[in-house]
Amino acid sequence: MMDRSRAVPAQLNPYKEEPVGTTPYNEMYFKEGAGRTHYQRYAQWLEDQPAERLTQKRAEADALFHRVGITFAVYGQEEGSERLIPFDIVPRVLPREEWIRLETGLKQRVRALNAFIHDIYHDQQILKAGVIPAEQVLCNSQYRPEMQGVDVPGGIYAHIAGIDIVRDDSGEFKVLEDNLRVPSGVSYMLENRKMMMRLFPELFSAHRVAPVDHYPDVLLDNLRSVAPTGVADPTVVLLTAGAHNSAYFEHAFLAQQMGIELVEGQDLFARDEAVFMRTTQGPQRVDVIYRRIDDDFMDPLVFRPDSMLGVPGLLTAYRAGHITIANAIGTGVADDKSIYPYVPEMIRFYLGQSPIIGNVHTWMLRKPEDRDYVLAHLPELVVKEVHGAGGYGMLIGPAASASEIENFRRQIIATPERYIAQPTLALSTCPTFADSGLAPRHIDLRPFVLSGSEVSIVPGGLTRVALREGSLVVNSSQGGGTKDTWVLET
Amino acid sequence: MLSRTADHLYWMSRYIERAESLARLVDAHYKMSLLPHSPEDLAQSLLSTMKALHMEQAYKDRHESIEPRAVFEFVSLDRDYSGSIYSCLRRARENARAVRGSLTSELWETLNSTWLDARAQVARRASQIDIGQFVEWVKERSHLTRGVTIGTMMRDEAFHFTRIGTFLERADSTARILTAHQGDLVPGADAGVVPDPYQWSVLLRALSAFEVYRRVYRDVITPSRVAQLLILRDDMPRSLLRCCKEVYGNLKSVANEQSAETERRAGEMHAMLHFARMEEITAGGLPQFLQQFLAKLQDLGSRIASDFLVPPAEA
Repeated sequence: MMDRSRAVPAQLNPYKEEPVGTTPYNEMYFKEGAGRTHYQRYAQWLEDQPAERLTQKRAEADALFHRVGITFAVYGQEEGSERLIPFDIVPRVLPREEWIRLETGLKQRVRALNAFIHDIYHDQQILKAGVIPAEQVLCNSQYRPEMQGVDVPGGIYAHIAGIDIVRDDSGEFKVLEDNLRVPSGVSYMLENRKMMMRLFPELFSAHRVAPVDHYPDVLLDNLRSVAPTGVADPTVVLLTAGAHNSAYFEHAFLAQQMGIELVEGQDLFARDEAVFMRTTQGPQRVDVIYRRIDDDFMDPLVFRPDSMLGVPGLLTAYRAGHITIANAIGTGVADDKSIYPYVPEMIRFYLGQSPIIGNVHTWMLRKPEDRDYVLAHLPELVVKEVHGAGGYGMLIGPAASASEIENFRRQIIATPERYIAQPTLALSTCPTFADSGLAPRHIDLRPFVLSGSEVSIVPGGLTRVALREGSLVVNSSQGGGTKDTWVLET
Repeated sequence: MLSRTADHLYWMSRYIERAESLARLVDAHYKMSLLPHSPEDLAQSLLSTMKALHMEQAYKDRHESIEPRAVFEFVSLDRDYSGSIYSCLRRARENARAVRGSLTSELWETLNSTWLDARAQVARRASQIDIGQFVEWVKERSHLTRGVTIGTMMRDEAFHFTRIGTFLERADSTARILTAHQGDLVPGADAGVVPDPYQWSVLLRALSAFEVYRRVYRDVITPSRVAQLLILRDDMPRSLLRCCKEVYGNLKSVANEQSAETERRAGEMHAMLHFARMEEITAGGLPQFLQQFLAKLQDLGSRIASDFLVPPAEA
């Protein structure tokens, strides 16, 4: 007999969850239990689905992701072992008006960040004006003196920016982090949409979901638009660390979608201040490198001498203006957690505007008054290492044990400049399939902002979800999954 | 296209073709093992085949004597031996993954699922695996891969390098199988001596030539006809002539500034086989002929590598 049980358990709706601290914002339901307007149609559909159908669709999604090889490589395991990033079939839906505000705010932020990087590597007006302490920038390990005075096409440094957005308990969007070096995840945005359309075509005839699949075209246009001056038909390549890199799938995917070569360092060489790739028909000139490896590995003659991933002589060609690197060398100085607190000031300084999307309140522990407050409130706060990434090097006060807190306290006292602190955010939740059935899980959003001849954003982004109950860490390396992100057109 | 891409494509198709060739050999011997016959014959045939494929030492490092089941498992399933069918499928997939952007998604998904399936099958205890079924499956996956290649890939450089890999590997495989059976192919065998039917069926079946032989000759099997069929027939898809013709044709389509000599040598191999007569080949000695052929093939392979795939450090 067919299982007629419904997918939505009663305890999910009305809303009952009682997490740490404040009540998080539920993306789908009002506190009273009714579906939010933009989610009503989906919530109804979901309630009508037999549990068995959804279970089968989830299995189908897993099998497809495996077959297509949408996986990330796991280091240090048997050769050829790759893992799936768990995909959740409940989409994250954003109404049009919320998206427009987000989009405007994101463009504003990325414009200011690009202006900041340009300024830092030229006149340093923002430092002279005393808006940011000079040592915060110039002594930062991500500041690249090699870039001082170098002009890049269009003055654009962060061609691709992944801005991590969270929604707090009041329902307001905040920027949690800027990713301006080699932000990843966009392939999941695209593949998740393809998967949803394949699994549930009926949902797309019932909703007007803004398309995202033109992202590679926009990206390629942007990359071509920043080619060195005088190059009429630029050759663009994507530089990867190779098939063993955890994001290799994305590199191969984007190169294929854009119809450009996927190169490794060994495929390129620099000669007479120009860069070439080795082809079956001899050397071919390269004009734009969309790189997916870190600054440190780009040119062993300038940065890490042991790097096998880069191209010796690349920086010389770059500084001579004969090759464009996207993102530019040295963008890391602007997405560092110690610089993050100043981004709202950058928006005022360079654009003369007030920020549309705010930051999460941040205490800088090098400041004595901030440090005193944070040390007195550690169990309530999140403490992050300034240079940490991927959710590592982080203390989540409410979830930490007394000894973990004491451990961090000692580290903060020893090297306060290495840390910032933020309030523990009640990240918004979205219904998500867990082992026990549908349950609210915390999510964030990473839209991808592209800067070329203009600034543009494909509507949506990558929604990451913390699959463990109560967890606030959405990183795929730590049990995070992803969802399709819908921006509704009406 | 990138030299490295061409290199991966070339090896991807070589490994798939190699997996198929090995599967054919295992299949033929496996069927032979099901017939009533002397165990010595089977062991002898397995041994000479492993010798011709340079697998003998690796086998002996693992096993003391030639046991058919052990040989089948070694050639098909051994995860630690880089020359096994299992390893060939893994390496084909690894090469494909390195250039997945240059493949059609159908081709990538075919190679990827082949590997995922193989891994799942071989994860079981070896004794529980039906070898006959496994090699049959490998052949099917290879047929499918080739079909998807031909049916979905643009006829561009990527395609030609894929094909060069396929036919170089196939020529190598046919020549080695002939080498393993060269004792049965001596010219004197035609007169009177009844050839060992097991040996013939292994040789012909391993090359999909058993039915073809019947149709072409409508007569008893004689060694010189077998050699004729597998070396000089232009219409026989696994013959040396056919393989050389395909290699030459594809090589012409990718020619570059430095490849003239490589192209000439490939053309020479093709022309030599095209105009050769069986009597000439046997007069000089079949073993010598096969040895020379394999050496020329190897030379061609390394010339293709340095002209196209792994160009010298500074261009």
